[in-house]
Amino acid sequence: MHSGMTRRHFLDHMAGAAAFGAASFALGRTVEAAASQLSRDHKSCILLWMSGGPPTIDIWDMKPGVATGGPLRPIRTTGDVEITERLPLVAEQMKHLSVIRSMSTREADHTRGAYYLRTGYVPNPNVVHPSYGSVIAHEMEPKIAGLEIPPFVSIGGPSEGPGFLGMAYAPLQVDQSGRVRDVQALVEKERMDERLALLAEIEGRFAKERRGPAAGEHAKVLERTVSLMRSDQMKAFDVASEPTKSRERYGDSGFGRSCLLARRLVESGVPFVEVDFGGWDLHDDCFTRLDQKLPELDRGMSALVSDLEERGLLDQTVIVWMGEFGRTPRINGDAGRDHYARAWSAVVGGGGLQGGLGIGETSADGSTVESKPHSAEDLMATVCQAMGLSLQTNFTSTNGRPMKIAGGGAPISELFA
Amino acid sequence: MTHASALFRTLCQTVTLVAAVAVLGEARCLAATAQDAVSDAKVDDAQIVAAINKSLSASWRDSGVTPSKPAPDGAWARRVYLDLVGRIPTIDELEAFVAQAAKSRRRWLVDRLLGDSYRDEHARWRATEWANLLIGRTGGGRNSLAVREPFEKYLRVAFAENRPLDQLMREMVTASGSVRPEDDDHNPAANYLADKMDENGVQATAKTAQLFLGVSVQCTQCHNHPFNEGRQNQFWELAAFFRQTRAERVRDDEDDRPKARIVDRDFYGEGRDRMAALASLPGQADAAETYYELRNGKLKVAYPVFIDGNSLHDVFLERGHDYGDSGRLALVNRREELAGFIAESPDFARSAVNREWGRFFGYGFTRPVDDMGAHNPPSHPDLMATLATAFRDADYDLLRLSRWIVLSDAYGLDSMAGRSNQDDEPSLGQPPLFTRFYLRQLSAEQIYESLITATRADEALSDDRRDEARRRWTRQFATAFGNDENGEATSFNGSIPQSLAMMNSELVRRATELGWVEMKKKSAAAGDYAEKKPAGFLSSIAADRSLSNADRVEKLYLAALARKPDRKELAVCNQLLVARKGNAAEALRDVWWALLNSNEFILQH
Repeated sequence: MHSGMTRRHFLDHMAGAAAFGAASFALGRTVEAAASQLSRDHKSCILLWMSGGPPTIDIWDMKPGVATGGPLRPIRTTGDVEITERLPLVAEQMKHLSVIRSMSTREADHTRGAYYLRTGYVPNPNVVHPSYGSVIAHEMEPKIAGLEIPPFVSIGGPSEGPGFLGMAYAPLQVDQSGRVRDVQALVEKERMDERLALLAEIEGRFAKERRGPAAGEHAKVLERTVSLMRSDQMKAFDVASEPTKSRERYGDSGFGRSCLLARRLVESGVPFVEVDFGGWDLHDDCFTRLDQKLPELDRGMSALVSDLEERGLLDQTVIVWMGEFGRTPRINGDAGRDHYARAWSAVVGGGGLQGGLGIGETSADGSTVESKPHSAEDLMATVCQAMGLSLQTNFTSTNGRPMKIAGGGAPISELFA
Repeated sequence: MTHASALFRTLCQTVTLVAAVAVLGEARCLAATAQDAVSDAKVDDAQIVAAINKSLSASWRDSGVTPSKPAPDGAWARRVYLDLVGRIPTIDELEAFVAQAAKSRRRWLVDRLLGDSYRDEHARWRATEWANLLIGRTGGGRNSLAVREPFEKYLRVAFAENRPLDQLMREMVTASGSVRPEDDDHNPAANYLADKMDENGVQATAKTAQLFLGVSVQCTQCHNHPFNEGRQNQFWELAAFFRQTRAERVRDDEDDRPKARIVDRDFYGEGRDRMAALASLPGQADAAETYYELRNGKLKVAYPVFIDGNSLHDVFLERGHDYGDSGRLALVNRREELAGFIAESPDFARSAVNREWGRFFGYGFTRPVDDMGAHNPPSHPDLMATLATAFRDADYDLLRLSRWIVLSDAYGLDSMAGRSNQDDEPSLGQPPLFTRFYLRQLSAEQIYESLITATRADEALSDDRRDEARRRWTRQFATAFGNDENGEATSFNGSIPQSLAMMNSELVRRATELGWVEMKKKSAAAGDYAEKKPAGFLSSIAADRSLSNADRVEKLYLAALARKPDRKELAVCNQLLVARKGNAAEALRDVWWALLNSNEFILQH
């Protein structure tokens, strides 16, 4: 049940804090108590979100020598798959990553597709579903009691929201440099606590007046906000403090910096990080633009995988690479490819998932899946299973309907051999 | 009794007349009894308001739900200021409101806010909202071909003169010219299309259908819609109306960011140039076609056909011409024809009332408001039809549509649920019954303007400078998705970045500081200063010697929340005073900060 939160709340601490000696007034999880003991008994997930819908036929499921194949050539990798020649560094890491070549979805519109791939549900006017990050943040809650920064961080893009899980599970959106604005309190801690006591009084009064959930959720967000402001763990966002060598490894690019930041956050115990790498809506001039984009992807993604491995974090970190759909095998009159959801590829690895595999296959021209097709639900179920979440988990959506985690999808068995 | 507390008492009372009406479900309402309600031959304001009340109270009776009590006057005034002028009311404005006779004060306030005294402010707010709707918050930014400032100015002028919505739509859908004010062919309305002409106007098509017809066709771009009646040909036949149009990039030099010039050109059909077209045989139809691709890869041809199935070909045949499918401007101006179709379409009025209802209540008759159709039936079809007819008969008068909605009983209800209507909570998935006012996040713009109003932080700035400051502030929360749907999101949505901004930002720092200006006597010699004078709201409350500390706290509550503090709140305020060692001005800073950060301040309720 999503509503049964175990953590003590802001309001419990604050409401009626009549005698506010500073001590009686500390937030649930204090910096002093938690910072030292960040044990990792949970897995994390990094979603590399290719906003716009990347042409996976040019990247992971190449069709050389066919009219739809485009100009790029495949190369061998350390895994059992061939991928584009523009990703030579990723090719070195393919033993850790598997390509699902049998993604077949049906939403070929950006907004709908992005929602479907990131929630496991198609848009429905009556209920807003929680995204990967919100689900994982919510389910991991008992295991991340020492985490003082938000459990769901989205770098460079807004991601999808928390839906019926409520704003406490919304992503913290930061830019690619990891900057979080306005974290410095205006007054010293003691005075801030005193201010918060009055705030809690006002909040509590309004929240208990049966005006709807928005009034109460605000208090939870305030709690997370104060926790973050006071946490040493915020230094995880400080990408600039990384050694030059490490920054060079990831590449001097927005995506590279984002991947580096993702690694730092996962290292600090954040269970879900999304990295938004946009610009894949290649309706025209697809191949020139791929020549610019793929090297940035290559550097950042390969560095992320190898760095996590070197730090012993790869087995605890599921990596997912996907967009909202793929692009048409047919190359249009503007040398571009259009939206295509029927047959495309996603990439997963880490977290104990089998690497190096090519799962499923598409037809010779790439237009249809010729093996068992996999849906957004299946992919999400795969990730949830790898994270150690029970696929029997049911949420009760706010309109009372039971809702299966990952839309009731089935994990892709080959990845769990 | 101080003046402030007398005011509070009034603000917390409810208007019993409205209560009786809402509960008994009678058709009569405040506005129906009005002597001076605006009316003309076709549409009578009081009758429309009565019709809304009648329709909703009947639906409440049918569902066996008792609506909430009417909102207290203070909460209602705050709500109406936020919705009509985009900010909370000042204490002076609240005082003027409660000075009116209880029976008629709500109508009095709506008259004022929609009338001459607030004309500029109302127009400014509507322009802000509509600019976000039409070009997004990121439109006019670094990567945009639009220029925001002249566009908002254009909209302000239009709303100030209450330009009918059909005319406004026509101006934007048919606009050509440069968006840059320095160009001879400058046309600010062209900003609407500036960022929407890529891929032969896919966005122009999708947005125009969404905004002015309330239908979402963008999914049908690639395939027939899986759930609704939308067909792929519909999208491309609608898109064909934009095929004479393109956005040229204009700039002064390499370093200059390109902006748009919307131009129309003869269109000879996809892949055909002028010479190829001239080669067609005499008598052969001069049809300029476009192609789209089916999912199986087959190409299909499309000519301009409106969503109701009327084709330009047929329309021109009726006019006695056989060249309706031509793309030559001398014969057919496709965008002009499209604007005509839209203005004539019943979907135009329906989509407008659905959106406006949604703007005031947080939920329209369909969810979302711009995806109407047989697949997504409205929650209140009769009410929507009544409003759409009235709006059309009132010549698409947006001011009057606003008036009807805000004077309705439902808009005046409390946000607090009663025993019977606790489940009327659309954020939980149910269709809205409108038995109470639903909480919703204020927009970044509303919060900004409210902070400015409550703190008088920018008294010295000109309107343009204020607008620019507001845009800068709100832009920091907006992200564009960078795809061909021009999608964008705001992190000012109740999540952590918003809380951080409200707790710690420079804007809030200034709002919670005491400021003083040194007054220089006119006749005095250099260096001879009079007493310091308080600058801004907080300082003026702190410095007002006629007020007790309790009065001061009450003033802050009134300014931020339009209500009085309760005893427990006052007790905590007193502790703050102790913590500040009796320095009342410093304690007021703390109180003010807490108020500005509260759910009650940042929510519309």
